[in-house]
Amino acid sequence: MRDDLNISLEELQAKGLSLEREERMRAELSTLNKGHAPLDSTGTDTGEFSGFSRSIYAWHDLMVLQDQSSLQSPYTLLIKSLDELLERDRQREKDGFPRKIQVGRLIKPGRGGKGKVVVVPTTTEEKFIHDPTVRPADDEQTAGGTGSGEEGEVIGEQKVREESQENGSGPGQGEGENHEIESSAYELGKTLTEKFQLPNLKDKGKKRSFTRYTYDLTDKNRGFGQVLDKKATLRRIVESNIALGNIPDVSDIDPGSFLIAPKDKVYRVLSREKDYESQAMVFFLRDYSGSMAGKVTELVATQHVMIYSWLLYQYAGQVESRFVLHDTEAKEVPDFHTYYNSRVAGGTQVSSAYRLVNEIVSKENLVRDYNIYVFHGTDGDDWDNEGEKAIPELEKMLTYSSRVGITIAEHNSGQLGSTEVARYLRSSGLLRDKPHLIRMDVMGEDADEARLIEGIRTLIS
Amino acid sequence: MELINQHTKSIMEGCKDYARAAGLSFTDESLEYIVTNRDLLELGPKVMIPTLYDYWVHDVEVLREKGKYELYPHNPYETVINTRPPISFYNDNNPDWLNVMIFYHVLAHIDFFQNNLYFRHTWDYDFNGQALSDKRVIAKLRAEKGRWVDYVIEFARNIDNLVDFHGELGELFTPQTAECTPRVNYYFDVFLQIHKKVSINDYIKEVNRYNQCLKEFGDQGEKDFFAEAERHYPELEAHFVREGGGKPAKRRDLLRYLMDNSEFLDQDENQWMKSILEIVRKTSVFFQPQIRTKIMNEGWASYWHEKLFLQDDRIKGHEVDFARVHAGVTAMPRVGTNPYALGMRLFSYIEEQANKGRLSFDFQRLEDRTSREHFDTKAANGGEHIFHLRENLCDYLFLKNHLDQDFMDHHKLFVAGKRLDSKRMVWQYYVKSRKAEDYRTMMLDSLYHPPTISVDANKGVDGTLYLTHAFEGKQLVLEYIANTMMGIEFLWGSPVHLETSEARSEVAKPYQSERGEEQPQKIRWERVLYTINHKVISKKIL
Repeated sequence: MRDDLNISLEELQAKGLSLEREERMRAELSTLNKGHAPLDSTGTDTGEFSGFSRSIYAWHDLMVLQDQSSLQSPYTLLIKSLDELLERDRQREKDGFPRKIQVGRLIKPGRGGKGKVVVVPTTTEEKFIHDPTVRPADDEQTAGGTGSGEEGEVIGEQKVREESQENGSGPGQGEGENHEIESSAYELGKTLTEKFQLPNLKDKGKKRSFTRYTYDLTDKNRGFGQVLDKKATLRRIVESNIALGNIPDVSDIDPGSFLIAPKDKVYRVLSREKDYESQAMVFFLRDYSGSMAGKVTELVATQHVMIYSWLLYQYAGQVESRFVLHDTEAKEVPDFHTYYNSRVAGGTQVSSAYRLVNEIVSKENLVRDYNIYVFHGTDGDDWDNEGEKAIPELEKMLTYSSRVGITIAEHNSGQLGSTEVARYLRSSGLLRDKPHLIRMDVMGEDADEARLIEGIRTLIS
Repeated sequence: MELINQHTKSIMEGCKDYARAAGLSFTDESLEYIVTNRDLLELGPKVMIPTLYDYWVHDVEVLREKGKYELYPHNPYETVINTRPPISFYNDNNPDWLNVMIFYHVLAHIDFFQNNLYFRHTWDYDFNGQALSDKRVIAKLRAEKGRWVDYVIEFARNIDNLVDFHGELGELFTPQTAECTPRVNYYFDVFLQIHKKVSINDYIKEVNRYNQCLKEFGDQGEKDFFAEAERHYPELEAHFVREGGGKPAKRRDLLRYLMDNSEFLDQDENQWMKSILEIVRKTSVFFQPQIRTKIMNEGWASYWHEKLFLQDDRIKGHEVDFARVHAGVTAMPRVGTNPYALGMRLFSYIEEQANKGRLSFDFQRLEDRTSREHFDTKAANGGEHIFHLRENLCDYLFLKNHLDQDFMDHHKLFVAGKRLDSKRMVWQYYVKSRKAEDYRTMMLDSLYHPPTISVDANKGVDGTLYLTHAFEGKQLVLEYIANTMMGIEFLWGSPVHLETSEARSEVAKPYQSERGEEQPQKIRWERVLYTINHKVISKKIL
């Protein structure tokens, strides 16, 4: 694959590339051999080498001497205060200060990483502090150590990916727990809709489903009931009178001479009805090429959690989701966990992901049964400069989807909205011509949660 | 929260006798409480001070991944707090022998709090009582001013790491007699050097003249000196008055500076905010020494609990239990740094060195390995020496002065590195260096160190506040800047500038993986100026 990519890079070069872009592409290419192994989200914090990144200030007497681990407030307590906190937050906005409460975080209390994923309000206290992550490249992370070993000797290894054991704060850790995230995501969606005033879906469309009943005055009953159906009653009266020979001349009817039997009266009665619940299929597409390193991936994934939650709430749980990751090639992954925790590497071909979605939709004939939503998160970098491949695939996608939302989380260099994807989307005219079908949201990588929620509003309203 | 029972208290009192006999010194009274998980949940956010003021953030899950200990420079679950009397917290199911060990540990902490000079400013009052009255002040204000109290607390807490703790200590230790009058300070430190830019020669002449005047005229000397100076520089008095009458401005203590100089806070209707700033500042200053003596304090406590426990006859039969717990506390991890273990070993090592008279020039200049090994003057003053260190040093000096190559070799310490083997997808841990110099650098870099941000009165024109962040090879956490500055603008009442340094990567983008491992990237530093004006933040490159 590497050779192919090198060739395609050379082709691009032949067409003319700015030096800076080539640099970026080469850098992406160099990440290729790293592969998309899952991230070491918390792996290094456990086991023999757990002490490596542990601050000396993390040690305290209660833990060391009395075996008392640090505690986390019971999450039920934290959730309970959500209303009050959001009220406080709204007041803050009125007073002219930025909001401070975030709800996008999912934390997982409970032992051994087996606990539930829940939504709790969180906040940060901002201060001027030094950022330990910004440092020169040759200055690698170090820690103290004790024991034997020559200088340069490797004293141990640890798999990059290990089962996470710690209380994570990223969206959904732990394997085989997708439905856990689902149940809490519903709560999150509810919160987002209600508290952050995200819009409700306007028309869900009617599709097949047999889960919900509503009560309506639809059944008819003769003789008694709640509401007289005048039209139906009149029709019956006319029928009876014709049968009785009470209407000699149809061109001259005298309603005053009608004979009316009690049975002729038609009433509507309250009855249980099946309601056809709409269903949605959401495709989440994430760019996991080498350039997506760091904050941008976090932004995209966090936003996708929120969109997912919101749709889940809107469709009352009737949402199915599919996850697609792409670099130069796209692949479908089974769950959100893999979707979120795959390491970034490789080059970028946005079209590959769109093509895969189109293939899945046509192969499984999803159009018939579902409202289809596609959300794509990227940093806006695409080796397909002009979107020659991406745009046709996108147009095809727009023929069946209810909404395509593209989030571009840009690295903070240059002007916002100057990335390849943003450029070719704009020049394709799709955004202008079909605003009800496709939306784009461009944000810098320093976007905060409020900005993310705002972005969702842009994408789905 | 309830007090320990009489039986356990009598154990504590027994421990005090033994500890005193060994040379530790502390106040007679102490309070020991049994705490449940529920108590801990409440105490945790309040840094174990039961009477700390209420603040809504205490009840919320706070995100702390980034710079956790820089944001919250105190130990969230410290067992002993530095109050009068000292309070300590215990599980209710500790066996007696374990309590004996913990009590010795606690007593050594109390001894450290009450004798280490970095804690000098906490000696004369009870913080717990102070906090209680502060809590009442805040509760009363909240009843009057509502949510605005919380805004002010928030904005004050945003800058509570900029309190110039060392300046505060400096004042405590400067003897009154060593002080010059403000006028003299101003004349020599500011006026001659900054305004007049006199040559060194002339400057020294003035100093001599001043000394001469004092010698000749005694108390009247200074008056006479300035009479002469005024003749030279008629504008001196005007300058002196204009620049605050020589009152030293607390330029590195932003909170204090705001209280002293903010016109906004000086308005009658805003006076109440000052008391909140004062409370937040006092709380911060109170905790400052604790985080700066983590290794020493834990090392000292571990050193003593080991020493005293083994001499205590009340614990016969539990030596093995003790050994197990003690090893857990003070084992050196294969990678990572245990402050208990490192501090305890360093104290023992220094004691031994002092006993052999090795903390001397005679020893230091020896280069021959064998003679170094056998060097022993039988000075036997190690005990005395470590008490001296416990009184005078903080972590920085403790490590910098005493962590040497012999110590490294004796305990087989090394600097561990971590790198990614990308072919096999494993992290490799390796011995990076066994040099004391590298180990020291690594340790010193990991110590708490808030940014130095000072007020530049000359650059703050038209009532604006100009803050300068001294560059130390690190940038500030960028996403925190805007909100922090918004708070400062609120308290200052006018636009605020912040001059700081930011990294700019040479190539388009650093390709850095999410966690730790890095691709080569160059960092170019540039000076930038943030300005906040009516809550709108802007940035320009200087």
